[in-house]
Amino acid sequence: MNTALHRILLLLLLALPWAAQAGDATDYAHASPARQAKLLEHWAAAPAPERLPLIEALRANRVAIDQDKTPFIEEAGGYRALEGDAEPVGTPKKLRLNNRLRGLLNTALASHQLFADDPAQRLSAAKRLQRSGKPEQLALLEQRLEAEDDPAVSEALTLALANLQLDAADPAVRLAAVRLLGETGAPMARVRLENLLADEAETDAAVRKAAETSLAQVKRKLLFGELLGQAFSGLSLGSILLLAALGLAITFGLLGVINMAHGEMLMLGAYTTYMVQVLMARLAPEALAFYPLVALPVAFFVTAAIGMALERTVIRHLYGRPLETLLATWGISLILIQAVRVLFGAQNVEVANPGWLSGGLQVLPNLVLPYNRMVIIGFALFVVLLTWLLLNKTRLGLNVRAVTQNRNMAACCGVPTGRIDMLAFGLGSGIAGLGGVALSQIGNVGPDLGQGYIIDSFLVVVLGGVGQLAGSIFAAFGLGIANKILEPQIGAVLGKILILALIILFIQKRPQGLFALKGRVID
Amino acid sequence: MNQPLTLTAAQKAGPKLTAVALGAVLAVLIAMPLLHLLPADHALHVSAYSLTLVGKILCYAIVALALDLVWGYAGLLSLGHGLFFALGGYAMGMYLMRQSAGDGLPAFMSFLAWTELPWYWYGTSSFLWAMCLVVLAPGLLAFVFGFFAFRSRIKGVYFSIMTQALTFAGMLLFFRNETGFGGNNGFTDFRTILGFPIAAPGTRAMLFLATVALLAGSLLLGWKLARSKFGRVLTALRDAENRLMFCGYDPRGYKLFIWTLSAVLCGLAGALYVPQVGIINPSEMAPTQSIEAAVWVALGGRGTLIGPLLGAGIVNGMKSWFTVAFPEYWLFALGALFIIVTLFLPKGVIGLVRRRGEP
Repeated sequence: MNTALHRILLLLLLALPWAAQAGDATDYAHASPARQAKLLEHWAAAPAPERLPLIEALRANRVAIDQDKTPFIEEAGGYRALEGDAEPVGTPKKLRLNNRLRGLLNTALASHQLFADDPAQRLSAAKRLQRSGKPEQLALLEQRLEAEDDPAVSEALTLALANLQLDAADPAVRLAAVRLLGETGAPMARVRLENLLADEAETDAAVRKAAETSLAQVKRKLLFGELLGQAFSGLSLGSILLLAALGLAITFGLLGVINMAHGEMLMLGAYTTYMVQVLMARLAPEALAFYPLVALPVAFFVTAAIGMALERTVIRHLYGRPLETLLATWGISLILIQAVRVLFGAQNVEVANPGWLSGGLQVLPNLVLPYNRMVIIGFALFVVLLTWLLLNKTRLGLNVRAVTQNRNMAACCGVPTGRIDMLAFGLGSGIAGLGGVALSQIGNVGPDLGQGYIIDSFLVVVLGGVGQLAGSIFAAFGLGIANKILEPQIGAVLGKILILALIILFIQKRPQGLFALKGRVID
Repeated sequence: MNQPLTLTAAQKAGPKLTAVALGAVLAVLIAMPLLHLLPADHALHVSAYSLTLVGKILCYAIVALALDLVWGYAGLLSLGHGLFFALGGYAMGMYLMRQSAGDGLPAFMSFLAWTELPWYWYGTSSFLWAMCLVVLAPGLLAFVFGFFAFRSRIKGVYFSIMTQALTFAGMLLFFRNETGFGGNNGFTDFRTILGFPIAAPGTRAMLFLATVALLAGSLLLGWKLARSKFGRVLTALRDAENRLMFCGYDPRGYKLFIWTLSAVLCGLAGALYVPQVGIINPSEMAPTQSIEAAVWVALGGRGTLIGPLLGAGIVNGMKSWFTVAFPEYWLFALGALFIIVTLFLPKGVIGLVRRRGEP
């Protein structure tokens, strides 16, 4: 009898913590919305690991209550009681969340995740608390900061803590917090400090002064990241311009004609990528992730074939009449755009980044380098290298250079100039097709895709001079970086106009572009 | 093409025939607005739609003529004439906006909560100043751009590309809301011009007659220029600039004059276009529009003055018909036109007529 009593007591004791927690779900289910908010605030300040499933279920909208207000969790095929093993009476009703509760719930979830074993999870929780932390969580944050051993999480926690301490009543605490914020280089700290200084929000003179110093400090730290970011997007834009302009420079140098349909070769390259993606999703879904690699040769050959066909049928007959060629190729571009519009529709088509091209590398707090852009920069340089090898180390390249320098003399020496023209035109179009594959990974793919790049790539050719790879490279990256650095200062439009004006002025000094071919021919 | 084609064509066909043909066209163009004034149920009444359509095409014909002056005679293919056309149009449009707004700010500015007029729009409530702007804005821009471009001897495709970039930059600028040019929608919803209601038959007829007068005046001016020594120097410049320079001519002044004149003509055409069509927006500056003007000239025949007018009429007539009948296929047709004209009609329709005339 005695032993039986002990057993029951022991059972009760064992069940006690569980029972205490078990109350949470029931408490919440029975509470009014105002009381639910209070509960959530309390949970956020004093997290308990056992409560995590409840919070996660609440956040996923999977908690329902039956007629007796007993809480249940909705699972595949039925309901499971959150506490005890009751069966639902009647059909359970979902617990609704309003926006305020949702916010509080997120904060509470973050508090609980601060105890997670995975540092990445703790880091993301700390980061969320930087934005949504509540004063009640101060003690919790201090305690976690002491216990934390991962440096990144520590830093994030420090920021979250300092952020909260800015609202403290004691000026000394605020002062310390302001200094702490100044030492981090987080974009969040800047906003917070600016808010503090704006509208006389801070009354204590010493704290204000410290905040100003800290703000300057943060801005200085951020400036570096911002400049790097601008330079990076400039490089990225430059590499795309390079891919777009390289082929144009070759054909312009060789034939002296501007191919207005060149932008459409970019567009066709991008649409080829789309087709490859659709076909691979149907035929070889297991290798879908590598569709951009498959698209590269396909796009090259498709656009090169179209380019060669154009050269044979139209451009060939217009040699020596560059302005007419310009108009004729414009006509071709109109037809190509409209053909794509009729075949694929006027809307953009969906080209998805494969997994290995999405996401980015976090270098600084305010600088993320997207993988797709990094790959494209590398790819552009790779294409330049291939083109250089082709032009300088092969027989075809030798012939191309000979015809570029002096067509008549080359023809006298037995270079088949007609064939060279066709092949070079194909090469230029093919490079544009490769550029189209790259473009499809970072922007929208639609019939007007090429139009947006054509004027800029002409400017690259004008600036870089014809028939010189180095000129195109310098001009493309120079234009790209100048565009991106001017953009935040004076706006994208004024930046473009300024660059145009600069190019016109530059041509005054160097009419042949950056790198001119030396020659003695005058028209 | 040692001599302007019109001259040789006119000499061949006999001055009488040309004069009779031109006179007949002119008579029809003058009769149209008068017939528009007839009551709507009259058998010879010309509807407002046809009058506006023909008026629009006449404005485009002036642009084609202006482009022919620089391309056909001086060999400078401009792909940016739409910019000058739109600048003239915008200056006129602002005057019309101020007319309908009365003493207040134009509707698009009060909509953006602007409190005062930007400096460059000062004085646009006066018709005279607006007319000055119509001439000055495109003229000055063309002068400055031309000064720098011709100084460094930019020509050929380089020149074409730079003009195209210029109009593209202009389009970007005018598309913005904060620059004070009405943004995407441009200027529209005009009511009166010089106090007359803009949609009244009498006003329409007057505007149409003004367009005809401008066209006839530009044609006459072009003709005189082409026959003068100035015109012969321009042709020489187009065909062999270096030889001309060896002969002691400085081509810069010639180019700059014809280039600026051409821009001003475009601006005037734009100013007449806006009150007739009732809207001006940045799409007029789109590179596509300007390059389309080049095909009008090419189709009609470069360096013939009359040809470009024909070309503008044919292409725009086709466009009106196609966009109603087969909207999907208009761009195919236009693209094919570009290719066919450059491949098979190097001297345009006029050249074709002339060749037929020869035994």
